[in-house]
Amino acid sequence: MADLLLELFSEEIPARMQARAADNLKKLVTDALVDAGLTYGSAAGFATPRRLCLTVEGLLAQSPDVRQERKGPRVGVPEQALQGFLRGVGLTVDQLEIRDDKKGQTYFAVIEKPGRPAADIIAEIIPQVIRNFPWPKSMRWGQGTLKWVRPLHSILCVLSADDGAEVVGFDVDGIESANLTAGHRFHAPEWFSVNNFDQYRAELKKAYVMLDAQERANHIWEDAKNMAFASGLEVVEDAGLLAEVAGLVEWPVVLMGDIADDFMDLPVEVLQTSMREHQKFFSVRNPKTGRIEKFITVANRETVDHGATILAGNQKVLFARLSDAKFFWENDLRMSLDDMAAKLSNVTFHNKLGTQTERVARISALSREIAPVVGADADMAEAAAKISKADLMSEMVYEFPELQGVMGKYYAQKSGLDDAIADACELHYSPLGPSDIVPNAPVSVAVALADKIDTLTGFWAIDEKPTGSKDPFALRRAALGVIRLILENKVRFNLSSHIDAELIRHKVFLDRNTDVAKEEFLEKELLREIADHGVFGAALQAVLDAVLKKGKETFSEDQVWLEHLLESIPENCTNLLNFFHDRLKVYLKDKGVSHDIIDACLAMPNNDDFMLLANRAEALQVFIKTDDGTNLLQGFKRANNILTQAEAKDGVEYSYGADVKYAETDVERTLFAALATADEAIAPAIKAEDFATAMAAMAGLRAPIDGFFDAVKINADSDIVRRNRLNLLGHIRKTMGQVADFTLIEG
Amino acid sequence: MATDKPRSFQEIILRLQNYWAEHGCAILQPYDMEVGAGTFHPATTLRSLGNKHWAAAYVQPSRRPTDGRYGENPNRLQHYYQYQVIIKPSPPDFQDLYLGSLQAIGIDMELHDIRFVEDDWESPTLGAWGLGWEVWCDGMEVSQFTYFQQVGGYDCHPVSGELTYGLERLAMYVLGVDHVMDMPFNAPDARIPLKYEDIFKQTEQEYSRWNFDVADTDILLQHFKDAEAECARILAAPHIDPKTGQKIIMVHPAYDQCIKASHLFNLLDARGVISVTERQAYIGRVRALAKLCADAFVLTDAGGAAA
Repeated sequence: MADLLLELFSEEIPARMQARAADNLKKLVTDALVDAGLTYGSAAGFATPRRLCLTVEGLLAQSPDVRQERKGPRVGVPEQALQGFLRGVGLTVDQLEIRDDKKGQTYFAVIEKPGRPAADIIAEIIPQVIRNFPWPKSMRWGQGTLKWVRPLHSILCVLSADDGAEVVGFDVDGIESANLTAGHRFHAPEWFSVNNFDQYRAELKKAYVMLDAQERANHIWEDAKNMAFASGLEVVEDAGLLAEVAGLVEWPVVLMGDIADDFMDLPVEVLQTSMREHQKFFSVRNPKTGRIEKFITVANRETVDHGATILAGNQKVLFARLSDAKFFWENDLRMSLDDMAAKLSNVTFHNKLGTQTERVARISALSREIAPVVGADADMAEAAAKISKADLMSEMVYEFPELQGVMGKYYAQKSGLDDAIADACELHYSPLGPSDIVPNAPVSVAVALADKIDTLTGFWAIDEKPTGSKDPFALRRAALGVIRLILENKVRFNLSSHIDAELIRHKVFLDRNTDVAKEEFLEKELLREIADHGVFGAALQAVLDAVLKKGKETFSEDQVWLEHLLESIPENCTNLLNFFHDRLKVYLKDKGVSHDIIDACLAMPNNDDFMLLANRAEALQVFIKTDDGTNLLQGFKRANNILTQAEAKDGVEYSYGADVKYAETDVERTLFAALATADEAIAPAIKAEDFATAMAAMAGLRAPIDGFFDAVKINADSDIVRRNRLNLLGHIRKTMGQVADFTLIEG
Repeated sequence: MATDKPRSFQEIILRLQNYWAEHGCAILQPYDMEVGAGTFHPATTLRSLGNKHWAAAYVQPSRRPTDGRYGENPNRLQHYYQYQVIIKPSPPDFQDLYLGSLQAIGIDMELHDIRFVEDDWESPTLGAWGLGWEVWCDGMEVSQFTYFQQVGGYDCHPVSGELTYGLERLAMYVLGVDHVMDMPFNAPDARIPLKYEDIFKQTEQEYSRWNFDVADTDILLQHFKDAEAECARILAAPHIDPKTGQKIIMVHPAYDQCIKASHLFNLLDARGVISVTERQAYIGRVRALAKLCADAFVLTDAGGAAA
């Protein structure tokens, strides 16, 4: 057994790439070792800003011997065939064995590959791994052709066993492997030799290098917490920042500094963002007031003045940064949100979908329409939507784009707007991901829905749908956002009508340069009709009728336009709804509802009412998992199979007219009675959306259906009895079909 | 190595000049045209192309019209100085050389925290990119450190190592000055001590006003078109000069026009007459010129073309 230690020592590796690189190094090397027959006990990869390291323990000292036998041609075949075989196996004819085979005497080649020393194998593997390493971005330097993330300076490669250690010798673009490494850039730059991993790690520690990123992160976090605690404060958690900072230092030294009083008026988010983005500082909060009062920075070295100079420098930089932020804040407060919103007309949202102002107008109108459904005041929802994007024009958001929404909230508060409106400025972007918080304040919900529906319909209208892994406008996220807003707030509405309305708004905008005379009139008419009918086709027909009534001459162009809409919009709406359904499947799958259950419910009417859909699916999932449910499903499938075959054969549909008077047995009569009972319960339950009751009523069908199939032969001799029984099966299908499409459920 | 503190802006510049001279760089003078950054100096842009070895260092006055603040902002100027070092091929000890230069200007490595933080450099107008870092001293960015990978669309081979120091910001830190205008330009005990404001306050005001409000945009637009046309015309000329009968490709005169176009674009941008969509188009036009110049330079002797 042997242990391998590899270190690739370079100039500073970007923090964000280190962890992945350590993993990749481990995987690539160990995979190649195993492929070459060298199995091992354990392996671990490490990264610091200046080194990638791999340790492999319990490695075979030599790959096992391999014996391979290959059957060749029969003795006596033409010389050419034999020569071909010899070339293939790399042997001469006197090295072949001749054995008796079924077809006579046959040549056999026995190739014995002796095992190779681990060092030889490693010396081949490592240069290849280095040359083909998957860095996100790599570079050349000097006169070389080798690519690495930053210039690679040295390679340490040592194989050690009980009887000592040896350098595994190889050369990569002029860099020769050795047993040397260096410590911290400033504290311990001297090179020293290494024999094994334990010694390497211990010596590095003495040379001011903590090899393990997790150890560095833990050290930083513990020191930061303790330092804050000693001042009666707490560090604001930030796992991403912690990982990044741990990747910027080999020897973390935590320092805590003050934030000047001048900046205590700034919103905490501004302080946090400025410190994190520009300086990579942690925020230190006073738990009593919630204010950010100090910062934590992490230096890469110890100094004789215990970090005083470093801290003073950092404080100075922070002062300059926060002075900028304060300047932006004060300038922004001098402007009204309406003035900011007005500037949005200069900003293109998307070159086909128009400016932000045009977008905001659509979102405002849609927010107003959605408001009543989510229990929001329509005026307030519209007002909130109108200023929801204003902060994009603030100096602060220009500087810190990630503060969009948050700044809107502050500026709305400062200008005395209702809290519900201010909150909507921030929360209408939510939820941003599957685990982000979903707003529940009605005004926020209305604007959040409108914002996302507008985005989705817009990109559908210009045919920029996500394809494969490409989703540059984050439309999948927007659709999931809509779904979560609806389901988690139990919002009841038919999404299609809002999609239609917004698609029309987009269409009117996209066709703005055509000669349609009364597009605004038409848009309003259409939207009003949609509101009345709730269905696009009917609404469009109504407007078309109105247009035609007014006289064909004047409105012929409008008619063409409307007919064009009739072609494009329902198709787009259906397509977008399917996209939503796909997202919904993913969402419900995570809640334990399997895809076939969802398909069975999607086949039912009103499938654009996601709340109804989810309720139905969840109830059905619960039911199908019960004993009754599982058996009933089998009964249904059997009934359906028999029916489908019979219907195909007879060319009729057995969907009506089973009569109890043709029943010959009690089991039949029992089934008639059970179906009648179920029908009585199911229809009103479905109407009341009481799916639990509907499922319970179906459960009552299980025993009668089982009994029926056990005792009764469907294909009776009497044609009347046969047809009656088939129609009885049809009745089962019809009754259960009120709940879901059971033909789509697997199992 | 002297780590005693310099006392003035010019002393810091002089020390950098001496340091890089000692380490083998040709100390060049600033390019005599308005540029946005030291990288535009042909000693960097053009000389990073081709296979000839090269080492130069120089101060380059740089102009960023949109950054003008009438001399009021403690850190922002529309005219400032960059110190630029370019070495091809990049030496293996380039980082150590760089750290030595910080020491030379009085930054004590034992007391300060120097960090190399990922920062990839890209110049859309020059069609150039490289990988490297911004160098932090106690949390402040003091230099840009780049290994050029491509310039004018050409792979750099050998690779040039480039250093850019923002001189005012670095000097303010070393000298402990909070407002750029308060910084001693020459020694505080000189016969006539001059501060930065004595030299540049008035010009910052004048240029800020002109950049933002007065520059004639019609003239600037015309100049842009003229520079663009002239650049292309120069490079379209036959390589053999009919008068001398020699091969003379006029890369540098053409590149001057490219630099002009780039600066004119910056001025137009400061005047606020370039829309977001037009911006990309203008940048693309300057890049096309830079590309033409690069194409021509690699055909010349300095560009490494075989004679």
